[in-house]
Amino acid sequence: MKKPLIYLGLTSFVAVVISVIYKIVRALSTNCDIAEQSSNYVCNFVLFYSGGQLGVEQGKLIILAFSLMLIVVVPVITMAIVFPLWYSSKNKNEYKPNWSHSTIIEIFSWGIPILIILVLGYTTYVTSHSMDPRRSLVGKYENTKKEELVIQAVAMDWKWVFFYPKQDIATVNEIAIPINTPIKFLITSDTVMNSFFIPELGGQIYAMGGMENRLHLISKREKIMRGISSHYSGFGFAGMRFKVISTSDFGFENWVNKVKQSPVKFDQSAYSRLRGKQTKDHKVEYFSDIIDNEQFENIIRKYLKTH
Amino acid sequence: MSRRPTNIVTEPHWLFGKLNLDVFPMTTDSIVLVTFIVVAIGATSLLGFITYKRWWGYLWKEWFTTVDHKKIGIMYIIVALVMLLRGFADAILMRTHQALATSSTFGSGYLPPEHYDQIFTAHAVIMIFFVATPLVSGLWNLIIPLQIGARDVAFPFLNNIALWFFVAGAMLINASLFIGEFGSVGWLAYPPLSGIEFSPWVGVDYWIWSLQISGIGTTLTSVNFIATILRMRAPGMTLMKMPIFCWTTLSTSSIGAVIFPILTVAIALLTLDRYVGTHFFTNELGGNQMMWVNLIWAWGHPEVYFLVLPAFGVFAEIVPVFSRKKLFGYTGFVWATACIALLSFLVWLHHFFTMGSGSSVNAFFGIATMTIAIPTGVKIFNWLFTMYKGRVELTAPMYWTIVFLITFTIGGMTGVMLSIPAADFVLHNSLFLIAHFHNTIIGGAVFGYLAGITYWFPKATGVKLNETLGKASAVLWCSGFFVAFVPIYALGFMGVTRRLNYYDNPEWAPYFITATFGVLLIAGGIGLNFLNFAYSLWKKDDPEHIDEIGDPWDGRTLEWATSSPPAFYNFAKIPHVNELDDWHHKKQNGVAYQPIKEKEYERIHMPANTVAGPIIGVLSLVFGFAFVWHIWWLVILSFVLMISAFIWHNVFAVKDYYVEIDEIKAIEEKWQKKIKKALSKKALSKKAEV
Repeated sequence: MKKPLIYLGLTSFVAVVISVIYKIVRALSTNCDIAEQSSNYVCNFVLFYSGGQLGVEQGKLIILAFSLMLIVVVPVITMAIVFPLWYSSKNKNEYKPNWSHSTIIEIFSWGIPILIILVLGYTTYVTSHSMDPRRSLVGKYENTKKEELVIQAVAMDWKWVFFYPKQDIATVNEIAIPINTPIKFLITSDTVMNSFFIPELGGQIYAMGGMENRLHLISKREKIMRGISSHYSGFGFAGMRFKVISTSDFGFENWVNKVKQSPVKFDQSAYSRLRGKQTKDHKVEYFSDIIDNEQFENIIRKYLKTH
Repeated sequence: MSRRPTNIVTEPHWLFGKLNLDVFPMTTDSIVLVTFIVVAIGATSLLGFITYKRWWGYLWKEWFTTVDHKKIGIMYIIVALVMLLRGFADAILMRTHQALATSSTFGSGYLPPEHYDQIFTAHAVIMIFFVATPLVSGLWNLIIPLQIGARDVAFPFLNNIALWFFVAGAMLINASLFIGEFGSVGWLAYPPLSGIEFSPWVGVDYWIWSLQISGIGTTLTSVNFIATILRMRAPGMTLMKMPIFCWTTLSTSSIGAVIFPILTVAIALLTLDRYVGTHFFTNELGGNQMMWVNLIWAWGHPEVYFLVLPAFGVFAEIVPVFSRKKLFGYTGFVWATACIALLSFLVWLHHFFTMGSGSSVNAFFGIATMTIAIPTGVKIFNWLFTMYKGRVELTAPMYWTIVFLITFTIGGMTGVMLSIPAADFVLHNSLFLIAHFHNTIIGGAVFGYLAGITYWFPKATGVKLNETLGKASAVLWCSGFFVAFVPIYALGFMGVTRRLNYYDNPEWAPYFITATFGVLLIAGGIGLNFLNFAYSLWKKDDPEHIDEIGDPWDGRTLEWATSSPPAFYNFAKIPHVNELDDWHHKKQNGVAYQPIKEKEYERIHMPANTVAGPIIGVLSLVFGFAFVWHIWWLVILSFVLMISAFIWHNVFAVKDYYVEIDEIKAIEEKWQKKIKKALSKKALSKKAEV
């Protein structure tokens, strides 16, 4: 009498499993770099569908670690449910009240985690060096340029100030980067700790006063991305975002020219105005010239005085 | 609706310090006003009720001044559960706010950052320092002396003082809700943000003094339990015959005695930075913010093992009892515990891989971190293979154990993912991290404490909790956890960071809204917990709830060899221990419950109650409050009085007394009668079955 119900249950279970697998396969085959597919919902998971070369590797590493750990996690969760039910006092299954040692189980319960951690530890050692965001990415990937673009970033309350030393321009809360070009970010803070993070491109690094930190990224996707501070820095923290325009070489040149046309120059008064006042949701600003060639270095030096 | 008044006092008045009439946030903030009214009504009616019933004398004599470890344990747990409500209210505020905080669809939520940022700081501080930590101390106090066959802890007076330091810290953090502000700096108050330049008012000072005072209490508790376990075990109980909970407690209190002094020193240096103008943690004059980050995590990382190891111990007590089987791999479990305790000191840097240490340093700390997964994995297999070939009774404590095993395994997995530095660069500070540590702290530590409370409730009160309510609570907590935190994990993969007051991407909103429903489910779980306490105590004489002879679960360890609740001296005759799970073997061999012979009765030497403990506690609250508000005359006065009370206790107070044989005999004989009745009832029902 119950059989039809069981068949119905089984069929719907299988249907759900198949649809989940189908969704996963479709998700895996999505290429968010292609404009037509970039509106697909899975592209929201920017850590797995990264637009940056380093970010792609990081996404794969997370999935590798996750799958390795499933070797232990799946059996453990299964046992945690099956054992208490199977050996429930109602069932009167095999009962060994004084059995408390088994060399074989001990070998497995120490051995399997040790093996997994050995593999993961090796991966960790290798990737800590190869994927260290402080290492230059020049020559690491094919079809990327041999020359780095340097961008200096300064955290202030609560906005990001950017200098392009070679282009001799400065901006607030907006940067443009050409795709397939190694970008070298030099990062510091002119206020409390912050963390410079473009989730869609790859890793983050902290911004601290008196200290120059480095972050290397390469974008491979033409898109407007979200840049943030990921370390809490005060009441305006949530609005401390910047726009990252990842674009072609041509688009980048256009953007630089646009900034160059700004009537405002980054001089001492501009610096004092930005540094002097805490602002929330600061608007984008362009500066066509950096008066002090060592503006970025001077911001760091300011904190290094030891009276 | 800013909580901070526009004109804050920077030059303290000689009498009132920085206090003036503008410091009460309920005058400007309606949420605080409502909270204040509710708390005021609740407190007044509670105090009024106690006064009406004339309970003050009883409370003072029997509870506040007591050195009885069981009562101190109960008080720890009560205050911790009250603070849980406060911390959870913060969680509800945060979740509902973030669910509404997409500026383009719903507006920007209902909390301004000046308020919201205090809430997430207070939520974390309360949950870690004033809920989890005291629940650990509470369970230790309640059970450890009983499990090792002792009559009290090694330093009963310190135990009482430690409790009152903790209560003073908790009161201080609650005071910050209505007088002034709390810190809005994140729970670990990184300088320079927590320095006087960026946090000029009293919020961080409340943070400093509530943690400083309660932290000293935790140091004292740790020292106390190391001494108790090492020196006061019953004859015959060698270290390897101790119950596992004693082992995890010994490891944990060793961690505590090392790390809490680090916290004390770090906070003292921050205090100097804020009050005296030194620059330990700011860049001027050669100071360095990284020093704080290192110091606070040298405390902070071992602290999470401080929280979770006792929970492991609780499960290692529960699983064998309800599987009616010996713990699988006792020796391995002990070594795994010791490994975790040692390794916990070697991993603090994984909290700041992204601050720019070199790749070799990152690799070392990453690998050290994932190494901890090995002994932890071993423990999980120990629990699983204890159930294997057992006779598992699916009681409420076992429900907690199963939901723990499922939840904690997932939390451990995400922890290993975070420990890979190259992956941490994208996961750090994201909501993935938030979901991970809630996964381990709720799924590991909190489930453990709730399991422990369910398991030992009859020992503390003589009343068994209701099984149905307990199981329902475990199921609600577990499902609520997943509904709340799976979306948070997913948001982490979308690059959403923690502590956002609002966000501009409406695609995140459904996840935050789902998480809010999860919080409601957890609220149901908490509600059922409290309902369970109330219901079971109300129905305490029902056969389903009463624990007549003190061994409701057919336990294996010594705490079940006493009555429920135990006599104030615990054991009239100190038991002699022959093996692991001694009580279980005594029952098997038919030598349990032997009446004490006439000539075996001895006068018992017991510590006397202390009035100095609660007095010093109240004075430490005044001291902290005065320091927060820069009321220097009160700082000096309360400090002098505290020292005087301490000296008075040491020089003049009566510290011990003897319990006379007649009194012991009366108590023991009453219990023996109950045992006889219960045992004959059991024999009768067995006969009937046959």
